[in-house]
Amino acid sequence: MANGVTMTKDAVSAAAWTKKDLLGLRELSVEEIRLVLQTAESFREISLRPIKKVPALRGKTVVNLFFEPSTRTRTSFELAAKRLSADIVNITAQSSSLTKGETVLDTVRNLEALKVDILVIRHAAAGVPHLIARHAAASVINAGDGAHEHPTQALLDLFTIQEKKGRVAGLNVCIVGDIAHSRVARSNIWGLTKLGARVTVCAPPTLLPPQIEQLGVTVSHRVDEAIRAADVVMLLRIQHERQEAQLVPSLREYRLRYGLDRERLKQAKPDVLIMHPGPVNRGVELDSSVADGPYSVILDQVTNGLAVRMAVLYLVSGAPKVEEES
Amino acid sequence: MAESPARHEKPQPESGAFFVSGFREKAKVLDGAAIRRALTRVAHEIVEHHKGTEHLALIGIRTRGALLAQRLAREIEAIGEHPVPVGILDITLYRDDLSRIAPNPVVHATEISFDVAGLHLILVDDVLFTGRTIRAALNAISDLGRPNTIQLAVLVDRGHRELPIRADYVGKNIPTSLQERVDVRLNELDEKEEVVLEVPVDAERS
Repeated sequence: MANGVTMTKDAVSAAAWTKKDLLGLRELSVEEIRLVLQTAESFREISLRPIKKVPALRGKTVVNLFFEPSTRTRTSFELAAKRLSADIVNITAQSSSLTKGETVLDTVRNLEALKVDILVIRHAAAGVPHLIARHAAASVINAGDGAHEHPTQALLDLFTIQEKKGRVAGLNVCIVGDIAHSRVARSNIWGLTKLGARVTVCAPPTLLPPQIEQLGVTVSHRVDEAIRAADVVMLLRIQHERQEAQLVPSLREYRLRYGLDRERLKQAKPDVLIMHPGPVNRGVELDSSVADGPYSVILDQVTNGLAVRMAVLYLVSGAPKVEEES
Repeated sequence: MAESPARHEKPQPESGAFFVSGFREKAKVLDGAAIRRALTRVAHEIVEHHKGTEHLALIGIRTRGALLAQRLAREIEAIGEHPVPVGILDITLYRDDLSRIAPNPVVHATEISFDVAGLHLILVDDVLFTGRTIRAALNAISDLGRPNTIQLAVLVDRGHRELPIRADYVGKNIPTSLQERVDVRLNELDEKEEVVLEVPVDAERS
């Protein structure tokens, strides 16, 4: 009768969210990661309603402050804020006073003078969100800083793995691609290892940062072997600039050695998950036949990203506020 | 008894937020059999009022309201001839005190798998107190669609309303003072079945 209603006996983790900011997965405890995933699970249903909106953040102002171009992350944050009834303003570096020589902190001080509550920040330099978080009373969410961290991407990846596999612990996750320049890889390594997955990174030596093993991952240069053992294969985008910087001889050679096509996929486990943070370079790191194939969960990642970002906005907005020092 | 998480998931009146070192049981208001009888009577009242069970659906408010709604639905289905769908509503995101409590409370999913439009909805909760939970629930339901009617069924009405809200079906009216606490314990969550009235242990005298 009960329409498949589940009544789990308060499976609520004891963790409460007390952080003003979300800067990276490195700083998060296992309980905090689980709380975000659990909250996102509850938020998912909202986007399936005829009226896709709840009043939780009514009256809050969110600013998308993007110093680097982005479509999917910015749109995802914007929709997440709107579905929580927050007001949101988009600022991109190209159209702001930053091109007139204003410093980042001055930009932030001006936004704070307008009484904004949450700043979502993307910047090409690692640590900029952290710098702003120290100076701002508003909550700061890191939407990607240099090659450092991209926490909401890793959280949505964890959410998607959890959703499809029922667990994260004990899984073999293989990250293939430009590890050296990837904030997605770093955040995922922190998150996956904290939740008990075994992570293998696989890339040409030029695209692997030295001493990456210190983060608790295994390094492999043999992509076929890594794919055979993997429950999840995460591909990273190979940017054309890497070829210009001569880190890969050519995109064609990268594709031959490391790209995932139908042939290579045949060796994988029958229930393997293929993930990609987007945007996909079709025909380089990932063939269209695989990207659009049955193992790909790339679009689920996008859908889940919305719920995860709603959860993050909700959680940081409830963190205890400290009075602004002046 | 350990602090029940459900209690903190719902708005509490301002005046109730003073410091006490704990609560002790003052009286057992309902035992298991009395809870059962109350639900059976409420089920009959609902069927009588609606002249049957057609287009009837129940929505329970997390956590204990949801359990009561499922029980009530079984009772109603035993009397009537139509299946009675049950949904679960989480009102956290509709609270009027979200920005006043930190950190934000844990959000659970709303699980309503049917279209509420055109139905006669019965909202079910364990205790009716300030009315703020019900206000939040009404707003949440209006975001899901337009039911024909919405009524309210509660196991216990303890008074002290802060909003113009009343219950259509009441298991038991319990006069209380603001300092007291009504604790509903149900087998599924608490491994016992009772409603108790608790009074604060006076912090100054201890």
